[in-house]
Amino acid sequence: MSHEATTRPGETAAAAGSGEELRPVPFRGGGFKHRPLGPVAPIVFLAILALWELGARSGFISPIALPAPSEALAALGDLIATGMLWKHLGASLYRLIVGWTLGSLLGIAFGLLIGLFSLARAGLLPLVSALFPIPKIALLPLFIIWFGIGEGSKVATILFGTFFPTVIATYGGVDNVDRNLIRMGQSFGLSWLSIVRKIIVPGAMPAILSGFRISASIAIVLLVAAEMIGAEFGIGAYILMAGALFALDQLIAGVAILSVLGLIIAWLIGKAEKRLLAWRS
Amino acid sequence: MQLIARNITHHYGGTAVLEDISFAIGAGEIVCVVGPSGCGKSTFLRIAGGLERPDSGEVMVAGAAPEGSLNPLTYIFQDFALLPWRSVAGNVSLVLEDHGIRGAEARAIVADVLARTNLSDFARALPRQLSGGMKQRVAIARALAVKPAIMLMDEPLSALDSQTRELLMDDLVALWQRERFSACYVTHNLNEAVRLGSRIIVLSRRPGRIREVVEIDMPIDQRAERLTELERLQRRVWEIMREEAREADREIADVP
Repeated sequence: MSHEATTRPGETAAAAGSGEELRPVPFRGGGFKHRPLGPVAPIVFLAILALWELGARSGFISPIALPAPSEALAALGDLIATGMLWKHLGASLYRLIVGWTLGSLLGIAFGLLIGLFSLARAGLLPLVSALFPIPKIALLPLFIIWFGIGEGSKVATILFGTFFPTVIATYGGVDNVDRNLIRMGQSFGLSWLSIVRKIIVPGAMPAILSGFRISASIAIVLLVAAEMIGAEFGIGAYILMAGALFALDQLIAGVAILSVLGLIIAWLIGKAEKRLLAWRS
Repeated sequence: MQLIARNITHHYGGTAVLEDISFAIGAGEIVCVVGPSGCGKSTFLRIAGGLERPDSGEVMVAGAAPEGSLNPLTYIFQDFALLPWRSVAGNVSLVLEDHGIRGAEARAIVADVLARTNLSDFARALPRQLSGGMKQRVAIARALAVKPAIMLMDEPLSALDSQTRELLMDDLVALWQRERFSACYVTHNLNEAVRLGSRIIVLSRRPGRIREVVEIDMPIDQRAERLTELERLQRRVWEIMREEAREADREIADVP
């Protein structure tokens, strides 16, 4: 273990290289690593649109099967020009926001109950597991009887659809909070409420926010389903009407609006994650 | 304030982990508890601070806590147990908030304990930005904020690399000289035990019983200079533990 017999790198190389040829060690560590490639996504998107447009113009894609993107764009322009876009979007956003907010708040409340109290877990968790897989669309007629044909049944569909995934995400998050942090809180004599507020809820926040991503997508899916019945306005109603009339350009325009809506919501949740979870690396 | 453990016995399921542990920690005394892995050292510490109930036996305190002590029995954890979403200052003020200490008073205490642990420049940093040694210093600052009478230290330096461990050991010695806190210091590292302990309690392998109690008369502040003597002491403790450690190593774990 003596460090006195140090040699300079050059000498070692010369010593080892006596008589034998020097070869570099081949590099084997490449691959399996993602690089950020910013412009690829828009290029792929535009290329598909261009191919589609070209196919439609040349007659390769029949207009009965799929309208050209330019036609869908024109339908969208119509929607904006007549001012109907805001009416449809307003009605849909109202249902989406009210349903999703109530569903998420109730979901977090029940998720916390299940996460914190043995009695709630024993009593409610089987119920949640039993009701979660039911397609809420199937319950729509029931909701209409219970909450009326108006906004009530539509909001309720979205509410129930977002409630269950939020419950599951929340109690999973509570279960995953580091037990040592809770023990630390107890060891410093923190009150039960303080431990819940300052340790458990922030600790479960990453799971709750990723639950939001899922529940927001479910909410958009259910929005269209809920607007199938008795809705005058709404993006879902617009799409269904277009489908019934075989106005495929309008249908594509409506679907594109939903897709953009989904993107905006995902972006907003990403922003919220950045803000609320800045403490993570 | 004194901490007295009387005949602590504890089981997990069918396995006995602690058997008839009795000893006392006097005021200003650092008692180190060493033993092979799985001997119930950490369980004992949890019982000592009231985080777990023993099957039988009791832990008592005698004497009054020092004036203004908010949390007489205070833990230092191996994994630091800092809230990752709170800054250094926030982690310290966390333990004050429930005692109704807020605002200027809390800020004064936080500034004081951070200064005592040389962390003043890091008050706004998040735990993920700190090295392991700094994180443990934050945990020590947090413990100081509640003016503990007895520190319960659960392998506080075991998650750190050996250089950081040396630095923190010096810090702990300096801190002890200023504050004269009492501590129950659980470790598997015999070097730490002989450097910091006024007494070393050697536990047997599971179920943990007291194998031997080694008193160390050498003043703690002189130990860094008298390493050869410590080395001899450390070897003695290791001789006591060796067989137990070997047997413990060969055991199949069935404790959850």
